[in-house]
Amino acid sequence: MKTSNVIKTVGASLVLGLTLGAPSAQAEYPEKDVTYIIPFNPGGESDVTARLQEPPFKEITGKGFVFQYKTGAGGATGWSQLNQLPADGYTIMGFNLPHVILQPMGGNVGYKTEDLEIVYIFQLTPYSLNVPANSPYKTLEDYIDHAKKNPGAITVGGVGTNSAPHAAQTKFDHEAGIKTSYIPFTGTSASTAALLGNQIQAQWSFITVGVEQGDNVRMLAVAMDERHPLFPDVPTFKEKGIELSDGARRGVLVPKDTPEDIKKKLSDIMAQINKNEDFVKKMEEGGYVLIDVPYDEADEYMEGLSEDYQEVGRLLGLVK
Amino acid sequence: MLGYLFEALTPFNLMLAFMGVVAGVTIGAMPGLTATMAVAVLTPLTFTMEPASALIMLAAIYMGGIYGGCFAAVLLNTPGTPSSIATTFDGYPMAKRGDGALALSLATMASVVGGVVGVAMLLLVAPPLAKVALAFGPVEYFWLAVLGLTLVASLSEGSLLKGIMGACFGLLISFVGSAVIGGDLRFTFGNPTLTGGINIVVALIGLFCIPVVLDLVTTPDPHLEFSEDKHRGFRLMEAVRQMFGQKLNLVRSSAIGAFVGALPAAGGAIASLIAYSEARRSSKRSAHFGKGEPGGIVASEAANNATVGGGFIPTLVLGIPGTPPDAIILGALLVHGIRIGPSLFTEHSAIVYTFIFGLLIASLLMLPIGLFLGRYAFRGFVAIPKALLVPGILLMTILGTYAINNNLTEVFIMLALGVVGWVLARAGFSPAPIVLGVVLGQIAEQGFVQAWLIGTASDNLLGMYFGRPISLVILTLIVLSLGYPLLSSRLKGKLVQGSD
Repeated sequence: MKTSNVIKTVGASLVLGLTLGAPSAQAEYPEKDVTYIIPFNPGGESDVTARLQEPPFKEITGKGFVFQYKTGAGGATGWSQLNQLPADGYTIMGFNLPHVILQPMGGNVGYKTEDLEIVYIFQLTPYSLNVPANSPYKTLEDYIDHAKKNPGAITVGGVGTNSAPHAAQTKFDHEAGIKTSYIPFTGTSASTAALLGNQIQAQWSFITVGVEQGDNVRMLAVAMDERHPLFPDVPTFKEKGIELSDGARRGVLVPKDTPEDIKKKLSDIMAQINKNEDFVKKMEEGGYVLIDVPYDEADEYMEGLSEDYQEVGRLLGLVK
Repeated sequence: MLGYLFEALTPFNLMLAFMGVVAGVTIGAMPGLTATMAVAVLTPLTFTMEPASALIMLAAIYMGGIYGGCFAAVLLNTPGTPSSIATTFDGYPMAKRGDGALALSLATMASVVGGVVGVAMLLLVAPPLAKVALAFGPVEYFWLAVLGLTLVASLSEGSLLKGIMGACFGLLISFVGSAVIGGDLRFTFGNPTLTGGINIVVALIGLFCIPVVLDLVTTPDPHLEFSEDKHRGFRLMEAVRQMFGQKLNLVRSSAIGAFVGALPAAGGAIASLIAYSEARRSSKRSAHFGKGEPGGIVASEAANNATVGGGFIPTLVLGIPGTPPDAIILGALLVHGIRIGPSLFTEHSAIVYTFIFGLLIASLLMLPIGLFLGRYAFRGFVAIPKALLVPGILLMTILGTYAINNNLTEVFIMLALGVVGWVLARAGFSPAPIVLGVVLGQIAEQGFVQAWLIGTASDNLLGMYFGRPISLVILTLIVLSLGYPLLSSRLKGKLVQGSD
């Protein structure tokens, strides 16, 4: 082609491209699928709750999620790499509490709690203290009695060290004035298998295990303010005089430098997902409790939690 | 029950099973891409399907993926998935001898038999087997890992010391990262990538594949070639004849595979290693294992495909995943709104049984697909000139490693391990013991520490490790496995002396 023709063609395409492209800068976010990184193993609770969010997300935005996994170090591998990821709003990452508060307390894990930019906290899974169905401990009092008479003899399993279940065990033992032996496992399934096989006598886990295992496990108590509708016969720790009303929380992070308006948009979308009937039904049937902490309330919420967890951190020996 | 068989045989489901097996085999055959990854990546495709169809597709991908690992194992001395580690021990030597097509045919048929046996056990004895699996506690896992490690002794006949050193090096590699129990960071040198530890697949590719590539570059010989006097077909008849001679091996290895698969968190790698170890120990030709003995391939491949069916036993009966892909499939079920857990069999028996038959169909489909692929795989592979082969393999390993976690540091770790592995190979250290250490290290450490904690809490440490019935059985196998090579060389020595 003659050079002048080439220049004209290129120039025309450029102009065309710019005019077509310009409006899209103001177009609705998201314009394409969003990459949702899960810092835990596929199939686990963090994965499942994130995947359950996809159908409502598609309904609201017309786009989907692309799931990726960055596993390791109880989530720390993913969280420590968060701020190096593209900050255009198309990469988000799941996170868990109290992990992100307790882990940095314990030492250098590659990130600090303040580094993580929270867009929404959408879910709470209350703790429960579980025993196998054939266990001699029929009530919480049985458990505490036995522990008082035999300090350290009760083996109770949970996921990870300095993790949510470990925090629950530490707080409970402190409040009840007993001593039990915590046995860490790599995942809920592993600890549940050990519980069912009577390798351990009890398990610090979540209501979700009670829902899943049904009659195979007995929940001695749940860490909620009021009894769970699915389990009207299971008392709360509060009723028994133990101040333990907590659980693992899950939320969504974005890299720090993501634009402000995208963060707000994401927060709104997450709020809408939490109201989606189908989503609510599936989550509640699974034993999850939905909560809503949007972007603008996140900082204050985290401050409150951090204060609570300082005490736990001290008990765990993470903070002197 | 048989009604569900016809459910599974609808044209749509058959097509899904077929596509699933092909996809699985292709992905599993590439080093770096594992069956777990295949299932994880392709799961979202199934969300729009009916639950039974989705499950059939995922099961087919899983089954195909585990089988696919044998291709890279035989042709590249690199396990395509960790479940195929033991296949390299005899598969690659056979390929070097020119018997690669035979090796692939054997692997295919063994995989099919193993897959079917695994499904049969799932169908017939799932609930009691699940109960037995629960009786395996941390201590039993520890001893199982040790049993796997005793394979080091058999694999390094000639230089036991080097084998043990290699295994210890492998154990060291498995320690990198945050401790399984306790969470303290070890050997991470402040690098955030290393907090996750060195990924098994990264170590596998590095230690197995890179030395092969480096050898290709440093020697003028072609990589693989046909042996001149053997027939160039896919030697099906010969393979079938061999299989008939391996009946006991097949049954035993499949049973081991299904059982170990049923142990939560124990997967194809341990199953195939233990099956290989047992096959070797009880074979009359045990001295030939590791040099290209068909029995070794049969044992490894039958066991690893049996773990697919076996792994679904605790998954479906208890809601506890038997192997990593099971966890993903459980998650997929949850997204479909199906409650997992003990109520699955009762509330959704239609879906469950249709799925189990789908697994069966996928196992059987591996036969035509595998033989078809195998026939062209070996021939085509041998025909590739080295100048294309080397960069091709290198590219595949780098892409495969990167695909695991999108992490460039892991690629460098893989290459570094590869160079180390090549240097060690030149010094007489084979990669197999090292990889054994890497694969089994975490399981051994976790089991040991958990058993320690439980034993201390109940004031019964000695009884914990040595007093449990199942542990004693495993311990006996360990002693036999360790003692046998020593005994056999002693006996051979005596026979030689006696004949003088």
